[in-house]
Amino acid sequence: MPAPVIVAEGLLKRFGDLVAVDGCSFVVNEGEVFGFLGPNGAGKTSTMRMISCVSPKSGGRLEVFGLDVERHPREIKALIGVVSQENNLDPDLSVFENLVVFARFFEIDRTEAARRAEELIDFFGLREKRDTAIEFLSGGMKRRLTIARALINRPRLVILDEPTTGLDPQARSLIWERLRELRGRGSTVLLSTHYLEEAERFCDRLVIMDRGKVLVDGRPDEIVSSYMGRSVVETVDTPDVIAFLEREEIGFERFGDLVHITIDSAEPLVHRLVEDCNPERLFVRSATLEDVFLRLTGRGLKD
Amino acid sequence: MKGRVSWRVRHVWERNFRVFVRTWKVSFLPPIFDSLFFLVALGYGLGQFVQAIDGVEYARFVAPAIVAIGIMNASYYETTYGSFVRMYYQKTFDALIATPVTIEEVIVGEILWGATKAVVYTALILPLLALFGVISLPGSLILLGLALLGGLLFGAIGLCFTAWTPSIDTLSYPQFLFITPMMVISGTFFPIESLPMPIQYVAFALMPLAHLVSLSRALTLPAPAQMGLFSLLWLVVVTVVVVLIAVRQMRRRLVV
Repeated sequence: MPAPVIVAEGLLKRFGDLVAVDGCSFVVNEGEVFGFLGPNGAGKTSTMRMISCVSPKSGGRLEVFGLDVERHPREIKALIGVVSQENNLDPDLSVFENLVVFARFFEIDRTEAARRAEELIDFFGLREKRDTAIEFLSGGMKRRLTIARALINRPRLVILDEPTTGLDPQARSLIWERLRELRGRGSTVLLSTHYLEEAERFCDRLVIMDRGKVLVDGRPDEIVSSYMGRSVVETVDTPDVIAFLEREEIGFERFGDLVHITIDSAEPLVHRLVEDCNPERLFVRSATLEDVFLRLTGRGLKD
Repeated sequence: MKGRVSWRVRHVWERNFRVFVRTWKVSFLPPIFDSLFFLVALGYGLGQFVQAIDGVEYARFVAPAIVAIGIMNASYYETTYGSFVRMYYQKTFDALIATPVTIEEVIVGEILWGATKAVVYTALILPLLALFGVISLPGSLILLGLALLGGLLFGAIGLCFTAWTPSIDTLSYPQFLFITPMMVISGTFFPIESLPMPIQYVAFALMPLAHLVSLSRALTLPAPAQMGLFSLLWLVVVTVVVVLIAVRQMRRRLVV
């Protein structure tokens, strides 16, 4: 078993009185695509910024590649690539220049920087825009370039804060494809996202955070089956149905005019529901990460 | 700051240099025109009504001050408006500190870049002033060294305000409360000795431009220059102090 890439224990981040990260513990292993999920304000970005060594931790232990973030920030930063939520490309420079200038910050010499820049331009489909100024790129291209730039130092760990937010499905799928490819080459990928479906499909492991705490940690399929059961039965919220469920002591949740029942085997329940209540609408689907997410973090708006 | 500032500051400088080269046509014009306006309006316009000062013709008296003002403006505006745009709007500093470059290197790199601009502008102004015969070459080339020192100081002063300002609009406060009054009472357009003593004391205690002008004159005019050495010392000490304050204040703002 190779040494973990990130070890966090009781990690803490305070901004004045606000506790943004409240004693988080997790481990990210080499070669994983690891996801941070959680509503806005859950502490995802703060956690990633501490891992990236740009924001000092307020307490707890945090090691990246076995190095302490406080004592070895330069060494750690040389080994990682960071894609922040905000676009921080250099608007005064072209696509190619953005890459080579960035390479210099890692002490990569000019010829090697140019070689890698050309390689990444191809890898992210930016060949035609090589000499275009940043302001003329679409949102998707800017994001691709930001990710390309984060790879210029051939990082062993890539940290991405919501890499697919605000992009169209084509751009999102290309980014995921590239991230999986990176993983295939042995890099570790750490990312946050609001797209639960994507996280479920692409993350090897993930944590769900809320209010600065890690609520669950594990493989997406395991999380779903252990928290939800395999299926969700969705039916209408009528007095008949509620009476039946309460009588049978079956747990349910109400959303608007619908009732959700999560259960391992849906079939017997469906039969009895139809016999007893004959609801006008009945729907069975697989439980998803989104169900877990909403159950754990609540349905109320977060900001 | 030990271990936090290395030779990597050159990359921060290099990034700014690259952008400067891309936009050189726009970047070169302001200092040339600024100095030209000052020279024509003051040296020749006003100069006609002014008698020689300590045996120096008025245009020649004003010329070293025009250089000093150019040094101040080049570096101060670079590290206020220029740095603020990079920090706040372009998030350039955020991108930089995600690499092995430290926040201290970013700050020092910005100050060095401000100083570089002061040197470049001085190099542009000097031949222009020599062309008008108000400054002599190659003797006045020593002002390039002064530009480096003054550029470091005003670059650091500018960054202190950048660290402090909540928005780009409030950057106008230090401009009209500090830069503009300083430009008028620092012995720039008339000898500082003609001001009341208390104001002279205030100027020499608090106004970096007063020392920059005094040293600029001491280096270029034949007049005796007792103040020159004092001004040099003042500038060096204050530069070191202000650079440290700038680093500290910017750290406070950026490391959260």
